[in-house]
Amino acid sequence: MSPGHYIALSAILFTIGGLGVLVRRNAIVVFMCVELMLNATNLAFVTFARMHGRLDGQIIAFFVMVVAAAEVVVGLAIIMTIFRTRRSSSVDDANLLKY
Amino acid sequence: MTALVAPGSTAVPAGAAVLAARVADAQPGEAFLFWVLAAVSVCAALGMIFMRKAVHSALLLAAVMLSLAALYAVQDAPFLAFVQVIVYTGAVLMLFLFVLMLVGVSSTDSLVETIRGQRLWGTVAALGFLVLLVAGLGNASLGDSAGLKQANAEGNVVGLARLLFTKYVFAFEATSALLITAALGAMVLAHRERTAPKKTQKDLSVARFKSGDHPGPLPGPGTYARHNAVDMPALLPDGTPSELSVNPVIAAREGTAHMHSDLHGETEQQALEHDVEAVRAATARGAGAAAEGRAVVRSGGVSEGEGDR
Repeated sequence: MSPGHYIALSAILFTIGGLGVLVRRNAIVVFMCVELMLNATNLAFVTFARMHGRLDGQIIAFFVMVVAAAEVVVGLAIIMTIFRTRRSSSVDDANLLKY
Repeated sequence: MTALVAPGSTAVPAGAAVLAARVADAQPGEAFLFWVLAAVSVCAALGMIFMRKAVHSALLLAAVMLSLAALYAVQDAPFLAFVQVIVYTGAVLMLFLFVLMLVGVSSTDSLVETIRGQRLWGTVAALGFLVLLVAGLGNASLGDSAGLKQANAEGNVVGLARLLFTKYVFAFEATSALLITAALGAMVLAHRERTAPKKTQKDLSVARFKSGDHPGPLPGPGTYARHNAVDMPALLPDGTPSELSVNPVIAAREGTAHMHSDLHGETEQQALEHDVEAVRAATARGAGAAAEGRAVVRSGGVSEGEGDR
């Protein structure tokens, strides 16, 4: 398999994740779509590491995973806090900063 | 795909290098695995977007992540494959599921569009982005992969550790600060200050009596000579059935008061006669049964006694 195949799969997954972020309203599902996008980039990093024959790409993927884990923890805590005050996890209801 | 060949290189060595790389990078059964996992992950990702329930989305995301872990393993990244399974599928998705259970499993998206045509334009934008990405990829010369045989000579974990603790050691240390900050942030966000003092048992009791409702347990259902079921209301001192004694669900089903018509009959005297008759009949039946039982016991006892001798 050439790297192009993996990169194409990564691009498709990234686009699907972006579509989910644009279309879905449930904050948790939006968050899951962001995770999907991060995973797609990780696949691209791993593929590039193999393509160049160096492990730097895998290190970057590792760091992406660490940052994603931290981001999930804080993001889900924020979603919980918003849910506690508004009784809703829809992104449309958190519009206090809009005006 | 147009390959951009560097000006200095001639065609023959480049071809030899590509061939050598292909031989060095060969993975048995990779094509089959790739197509199966690609189909699974793309279908699961699409399903994740279009499922209405968030729990289904989370489970499909787990499928995507597991297939990506397998793809990492195929691509000479066993450490990342395990980290993907343990950290992403194990920890992050469990966190997602916890929050989903706290927020409410049944929470589904509202179908009202706040921005008109958001779905349509979102899809158009995503398709445009995909076209952009594919066009960019088509223009890039990705070439063949060099393979990680050399870099993984000591083992993937050792190779990663060498890089992580030399070249990327500052990034690694910064990661620890990030993780501590994230943990503290989650604690601060999840912490809720108690605005009112906690209610003691005494407060709860006072509140129960203040509300003016029935403070104690409700009366139990009736138990009579011929009826003892939860759908028989208890009788009040004046003979009327008490609706409070029956579960409201059962009370709503049928007129429960009607059930007492055979108990108190047309008049009190008739009801009394009914009951006396019923008791007599029951006693007679019981006496007959008891006599039979004694007869059986006696014959059995005799036979046993004979056997003893």
